[in-house]
Amino acid sequence: MLHSSPVSEAILEVRDLIKRYAATTAVDGVSFRVPEGICFGLLGPNGAGKTTTIEIMEGILPPGAGEVRYRGAPLGERFRQEAGILFQKTALQDFLTVRQCIALFRELYRHGLTVDEVIDLCALQALANRDSRKLSGGQQQRLLLAIALVNDPAVLFLDEPTTGLDPQARRNFWELVQSIKARRKTIILTTHYMEEAQLLCDEIAIMDRGRIIAAGPPRQLLQQHFARILLELPRQQFPAEAHALPLNIQEVGTHVEISTDDLEGALRILLGAHVPLTNLRIRPANLEDLFLHLTGKELRP
Amino acid sequence: MMRRMLAVLHARNLEFLRDRGTLAFTLLLPVMIVVGMGFVFGGPERPLFKVGVLATTVAHGGGGFLDERYVDFVAEPAEPVALERLRHQQLDLLVDLRAPARYWVNTDSPKGYVAERLLLARVPGAQRQHVSGKAVRYVDWLFPGILGMNMMFSCLFGVGYVVLRYRKSGFLKRLHATPLTAFEFLSAQVLSRLGLILLTTLILYFGIGAIIGFHNAGSGALLLLLAVLGALSMVALGLTVAARFSSEELVGGLLNLLTWPMMLLSGVWFSLEGSPRWIQWIAHVFPLTHLLDAARAVMFDAAGIVQIAPQLLYLAASSLILLAIGAWSFRWRID
Repeated sequence: MLHSSPVSEAILEVRDLIKRYAATTAVDGVSFRVPEGICFGLLGPNGAGKTTTIEIMEGILPPGAGEVRYRGAPLGERFRQEAGILFQKTALQDFLTVRQCIALFRELYRHGLTVDEVIDLCALQALANRDSRKLSGGQQQRLLLAIALVNDPAVLFLDEPTTGLDPQARRNFWELVQSIKARRKTIILTTHYMEEAQLLCDEIAIMDRGRIIAAGPPRQLLQQHFARILLELPRQQFPAEAHALPLNIQEVGTHVEISTDDLEGALRILLGAHVPLTNLRIRPANLEDLFLHLTGKELRP
Repeated sequence: MMRRMLAVLHARNLEFLRDRGTLAFTLLLPVMIVVGMGFVFGGPERPLFKVGVLATTVAHGGGGFLDERYVDFVAEPAEPVALERLRHQQLDLLVDLRAPARYWVNTDSPKGYVAERLLLARVPGAQRQHVSGKAVRYVDWLFPGILGMNMMFSCLFGVGYVVLRYRKSGFLKRLHATPLTAFEFLSAQVLSRLGLILLTTLILYFGIGAIIGFHNAGSGALLLLLAVLGALSMVALGLTVAARFSSEELVGGLLNLLTWPMMLLSGVWFSLEGSPRWIQWIAHVFPLTHLLDAARAVMFDAAGIVQIAPQLLYLAASSLILLAIGAWSFRWRID
């Protein structure tokens, strides 16, 4: 069959992916393309279908329908040789040192970095001879990243890589990912940390209930859906009668949030109504607000 | 392909050798069996004659012969089985007390000669028939059974649980994300366990052999070949059981379901000759039965490769079939 294939620089292409389990549809018709060399983020709350989608992309789960193509071809031996994967949860073999774990995985690939190069890259020099079970959460995650990098992959999958890490370890991990990005690797990242996505991702797709509800570069998405400025005021400071003001007012947790395109106009209205502005906070909308705006749900559980 | 298999094999061996508890137990268990068998069977032989009496003929009396002291009279239900025992000197004499009385004696057995004198003193006209054959003490007969049983537990539980543990921990899923194939992974597990089993079996063979003073009548190389094929077949069985499932309870139950009948019906402790046909039929499904039949034929009757070819073939074929089923039904992840 002849295809008039479109000129494409996409390294990965996901077409009409569907995955159903007994009672639920985890992924419900998802399509997107990932250009080579970018960091692509799949965002969404727990249960949105991120992990199912990324595992189908990794070739670990068979799709119910649809397909994933790597460099224009179905996933095969070439993909296995050129992909690096970090799962959400992975146990390694017991009783092996950090170096031995890396060496085992290095032997499974034809090409790649040397074990020492990977150890240096992931700052594991001091831990190389330690039993892999005796690592902290952050160290463990660095080891798993090292294992994902042994074949010097063209595409790197990171499934919620910093979930459960303390803030310091998370920041260290982000620095590592940025150094990998600088090597022109394609990265597919799932996360429910908006800060992580905003820092690392060039493009994102926001998922909810198995579907993509918005996709594009984060800045563009914010402008497109949410070109607004947010004013935050403590709730108890906000007079009940002020809710009737001609403004877009929403109660969010302990705050009242006013979104507007016209900052001066909004401030004038608030001043005119004698709303106390002592604790006023003005900030640009972020991905967290975008998600709330799109789904009506908070992103973090 | 070879490189990936060797990498997994190396890592598995490292893991096993560093798991001090399991390693100690694996090496200690054979030593404990050796010491235990030495304790039970190492003492001086009891000065006792063992005379088989064909069971249907006991009522015929025997002129007071059955009242002799220091003689252990055993009722033997079937003549062919009893003759086999006489040949292996598990009996010193076999008598048929119906008139005219008959008896069989093993001409290679000194105790048989004395027992014969005792019988003729009480039943002067008894007709003599003879068999011949070297002594096979029960301890010698049990010896291959113990080796085989130890091998069976090590194969089935050792491999089955390791694969299950890898699957449950997610290590298998991680390996699946690499170019490693199921065949390479399974081959590495088989080879790792095979090496370990051959090592412990050799320790047992020479350890127990020295204690009980065992002499192999047949070819050592043939026994080694049997051990390799037998272990391979049972490792393959363990892998097949653990190929898909993710529940320890289920796999543990299935392994018990296999090991217990094998332990009881494969001829580890007693011969199956004379047992009902359907039991023998079941027993011959188990690889352990074939392994022990062939091993005893080599060890006691110096059987050659031609005589034990059917058992060798069965073990080889069942290994291949089970490995194929195992690789085909293999699951990397918990469904």
